[in-house]
Amino acid sequence: MPETVSQTMIELDQVTKVFAGTTDPAVDALSLAVPRGELVVLVGPSGCGKTTTLKMINRIVEPTSGTITIDGQDQRTRPGYALRRDIGYVIQQIGLFPHKTIERNIATVPRLLGWDTHAITARVDELLALMDLDPAMRSRYPAELSGGQRQRVGVARALAADPPVMLMDEPYGAVDPLVRARLQDQLLELQADLAKTIVFVTHDIDEAIKLGDRIAILNVGGLLEQYDTPAEILRAPANDFVASFLGGERSLKRLSLIAARDAELVRGPVVPADASVDEAKRVGAAEGVDWVGVLDGARLRGWMWLNELDPAKAVGDSPTRDFRVWIQADTSLRGAVDAIVNTRNQVAVVYDGDHYQGMLFIESVSREILG
Amino acid sequence: MSELLAEVAAWFAAEGRWSLTDSGGVPFRTAQHLYVSVTATVLAVLIAIPPALVLAHRRTAEAFASAVVNIGRAIPSFGLIVIFWLIAARTGWLGTDFWPLVGALVALALPPIFTNTYTAVREVDAPTVEAARGMGYDETRILTEIELPLATPVMLAGVRLAFVQVIATTAIGAIVTNGGGLGRYIVDGFAQGVGGRATVIGGALLLGALTLLAEAGFGGLQRLLTPTGVRRDTPVQDVTVGAAG
Repeated sequence: MPETVSQTMIELDQVTKVFAGTTDPAVDALSLAVPRGELVVLVGPSGCGKTTTLKMINRIVEPTSGTITIDGQDQRTRPGYALRRDIGYVIQQIGLFPHKTIERNIATVPRLLGWDTHAITARVDELLALMDLDPAMRSRYPAELSGGQRQRVGVARALAADPPVMLMDEPYGAVDPLVRARLQDQLLELQADLAKTIVFVTHDIDEAIKLGDRIAILNVGGLLEQYDTPAEILRAPANDFVASFLGGERSLKRLSLIAARDAELVRGPVVPADASVDEAKRVGAAEGVDWVGVLDGARLRGWMWLNELDPAKAVGDSPTRDFRVWIQADTSLRGAVDAIVNTRNQVAVVYDGDHYQGMLFIESVSREILG
Repeated sequence: MSELLAEVAAWFAAEGRWSLTDSGGVPFRTAQHLYVSVTATVLAVLIAIPPALVLAHRRTAEAFASAVVNIGRAIPSFGLIVIFWLIAARTGWLGTDFWPLVGALVALALPPIFTNTYTAVREVDAPTVEAARGMGYDETRILTEIELPLATPVMLAGVRLAFVQVIATTAIGAIVTNGGGLGRYIVDGFAQGVGGRATVIGGALLLGALTLLAEAGFGGLQRLLTPTGVRRDTPVQDVTVGAAG
């Protein structure tokens, strides 16, 4: 009989946390299902209980009431330390052990699980390579590393025993913006390969939009205001709180989530190189432009003004001007807009690899936003 | 002045002064002194460190920990020695030479050792401990593999402070007991009036030298036991000033 694998990896059911000595709950009857293999971001202002929620998943903080199940199992059925060996954990301050070498730091969980020495050494090698860290670093101490390197060692340590679930608490909060962007990109690349179930806490909505498959927006007191994909939240914020938390330029932020290939591409005013001038003029007129692009098979050679065409020759025999802007099909529409506003013919040429896909006009981008 | 120097020099050069067997000789007195001081310090370490580690790890007994410092500051060491000696003399337990003095010195050494250990563990970087817990360390491992090694430099600073105080105070023991090591010279010299001044000065010089040697020895031990990786960026700090000597 085929076993059905539940699509939900982590499920919070009516989880409440009231800290000792307080009356108002830090998290109030929160229910949330994290799908297997997705990166879910908990985001909200300070006091919204996002970190408390994260820490309840691995029982660093014990819930006051409610249940949390991981892969169908109530996480209270095991001692906390045993549970935590199966869950990767990354915090903002990283918390590398300063008296242990990088190798020993990364090997923490495998050693706790009793792996043999060869397996541990091999795994450390693998992780150093995966995180793009110099193998010579294994015998160094954390104090000798830069902030970005330490953050990567922290992620390597969390990944060491290949846990299905990772919890990340503002992991990039303390590194400078350039390094942060690079670490975010690296996480997305890793996630594309590893497909872990990740719960990621941040207060930065842009980070949430960039990283999250889904975003849970929490309000003060651990109230869930909206839980959806970034695109959907940006398209239709559930209420004023969510709208104000998303901040300005909501439309531009949405554009950053849509790839150029998913927008409406048009073939555009293009003709093959052997087309006649009459044909070129007809295509230009049909498209309402005074220029025409010239195709060499799958490649776009360039463009020329219609009134510059020599009627005695084929279109391809006249010199062409270069398109200033061409983008790849996976470029975001936000990137495409930036490109389009910098061109004279108000168009971005879209390629997939070196195959001409079509042209993207600013009007199509507008239509995307307006739905 | 030069007369005094000559007297002191003569005292150091006296017959049998460096004899290994003579009970009036420097080697015997130094050994006796160290025997008392080391015994007291080792006992204090054994008594103070385990509860300090456990209480600090659990983040409990905060009030108790700070009370210990204040008690430590208030104890007059001489009074303590007298009390222990009186108790021993009245009850006849354990004799009056060794244990009353050691008992008083242990009481003197406990506060700085306890407090430094407690503070050292409390001051271990909280995210490091949280990360250890998050990786799946149980509480015992957190204490023995993370907190204890990282607390070692500050803990040892407390033991060092206690040991130096104990060495200085052991000498006072010579007033009430037959122990007292190098303090014997100072007390006996005083008893002889002006004629004993070379003995007093000689004893004091030896005591000073022993204290400095103990300091230096402990400095070496601290360097040896500080984990690699925290040596350069974690300056050793004497967190508390313990009991007055």
